[in-house]
Amino acid sequence: MLNTVYRLTEPRKIEIEFSDVDLNNGTILVRPTHLSICNADQRYYQGKRSAEVLAKKLPMALIHEGIGTVVYSNDSELKVGQRVIMIPNAPVEEDEFIHENYLRSSRFRASGFDGFMQDCVALPKDRLVAVPEDIDPLVAAFSEIISVGYHAVNRFLQFSHDRRKTIGIWGDGNLAFLVALILRYRLPEAKIVVLGKNQYKLEYFSFVDETYLITDIPVTFQPDHAFECVGGEGSPVAINQIIDVIKPEATISILGVSENNVPINTRMILEKGLVVFGSSRSGRKDFLDTVRLFTEHPEVVDYFTSIVGQVVDVRNIEDMNQAFELDIKKAYGKTIMLWNV
Amino acid sequence: MVYALVLAGGIGRRMGDVNKPKQYMNIGDKPIIVHTIEKFCLYEEFEKVIVLCPKEWVEHTKSLIKKYIATSDNVVVIEGGSMRNETIMKGISFIENEGNLNDETIIVTHDAVRPFVTYRMIKENIEVTKEFGACNTVIPATDTIVCSVDQKTIAQIPDRAELYQGQTPQSFQALKLKELYESLDDDEKEVLTDACKIFILKGQEVRLVNGETFNIKITYPYDIAVAESLLRGIAQC
Repeated sequence: MLNTVYRLTEPRKIEIEFSDVDLNNGTILVRPTHLSICNADQRYYQGKRSAEVLAKKLPMALIHEGIGTVVYSNDSELKVGQRVIMIPNAPVEEDEFIHENYLRSSRFRASGFDGFMQDCVALPKDRLVAVPEDIDPLVAAFSEIISVGYHAVNRFLQFSHDRRKTIGIWGDGNLAFLVALILRYRLPEAKIVVLGKNQYKLEYFSFVDETYLITDIPVTFQPDHAFECVGGEGSPVAINQIIDVIKPEATISILGVSENNVPINTRMILEKGLVVFGSSRSGRKDFLDTVRLFTEHPEVVDYFTSIVGQVVDVRNIEDMNQAFELDIKKAYGKTIMLWNV
Repeated sequence: MVYALVLAGGIGRRMGDVNKPKQYMNIGDKPIIVHTIEKFCLYEEFEKVIVLCPKEWVEHTKSLIKKYIATSDNVVVIEGGSMRNETIMKGISFIENEGNLNDETIIVTHDAVRPFVTYRMIKENIEVTKEFGACNTVIPATDTIVCSVDQKTIAQIPDRAELYQGQTPQSFQALKLKELYESLDDDEKEVLTDACKIFILKGQEVRLVNGETFNIKITYPYDIAVAESLLRGIAQC
């Protein structure tokens, strides 16, 4: 089937190309309905990746967060009409010890190959997770980033010692919000403290115990463990601040993406015996856990609704550009495209 | 009940290969008509996808569908007519013979040689026709259109802002179209080559659905080259 693909050919330029999808190899075809813009998409859209990376990866359809409706399927479980989350990670092998999202052979939508900005997306069954209709689709649209947070919290629970009385989360953006919220549900007894740069953003974190401006941290604040959800140019400052204030033998979970190498205080990491680990992306199990979180705790979906920013009706390429431009100017939250092209 | 009518009645005189109707030529690895039919197979809402083609191409078309489309249970191939509207009427007769022609029956008619139709266009055709009775897929005209009566001089130049280029799908309430068509005399049938025109002539509203510039009709050999170039990203998806 001829499929329309909306590819970024150069920064800020989206063009239409077509691919021929083979419907006879067990593939399931999904019509995207709600697509969520991520900062990673923006780095391509605005041309913030290096010239070498852009030359290698473009043209490529953006977006790796989204849901849709099955429109073609011969599968007995995922039938036509089913609402599904599309998993962007595409593993080509299994490993007993290494998660699918860390296998170097795995490909990733809107990074190694076309993302979800297509008329219909062809996916194998194991790259789809059914999501109930009563879950707000504007939230389900960014299940991917929630699953990344869920995955990171799982790893934190795996790597950290059992004293988890106070947990610090550096960052006041979307990632910090969802990590804090997941922690709230996974560790209801823990004191969760969010540290950010913007007071108006910190005010969204109504469910945590404390929020501090990074310029005004109490001297008594010494978290047992910490998450870094800052990324970008703020990464070195945030990570070094964590190293300074955190207790010995703590874990530091790094989640923020930075284009540049980050100089950090390794002397103090050694002295305190800190465990610093990274988490990135997620796998099928994390998506299943995320949907379970939605269904078992419907109120968590309401919390996530508060970070839905702009909702843009997208009917053509002009609308796509408009959505990306609005997302750049946004003060806070996720930009969702209602995919009506 | 919604039916798709894929109109493959043309004999393709304008293609380089005069023996093969243009809808049977390949783009990518498949005949154009197969690409088009596949688009309509994505809609569970279609009771049937009726493919109407010249009599001598019916069996060949059936073979192609069997070869390329795994889930083609709701695709039927029947002989079309000599004119476009006759072909549509044959499709409506088929629906009538199935006992499904009533006020609720909608037909989405589409040129077999427009394989780049999108999910959205088909969806909006169905929605708009359910509400308003008829629609035509169009794009705003980009060229200045001139009108000449004597074929030598310009009679008028219509305001481009009011002009659109017609594409397909065109969709109708089937029973209404049949009644309107049957009310035409032979001369009118000769002149009214477009089904939307019948509606308009009879004072019926025809709504517009936004098409796409890439929803091209493959008419000339040049169009095949364009279609192939549109497909250049084939390995990436």
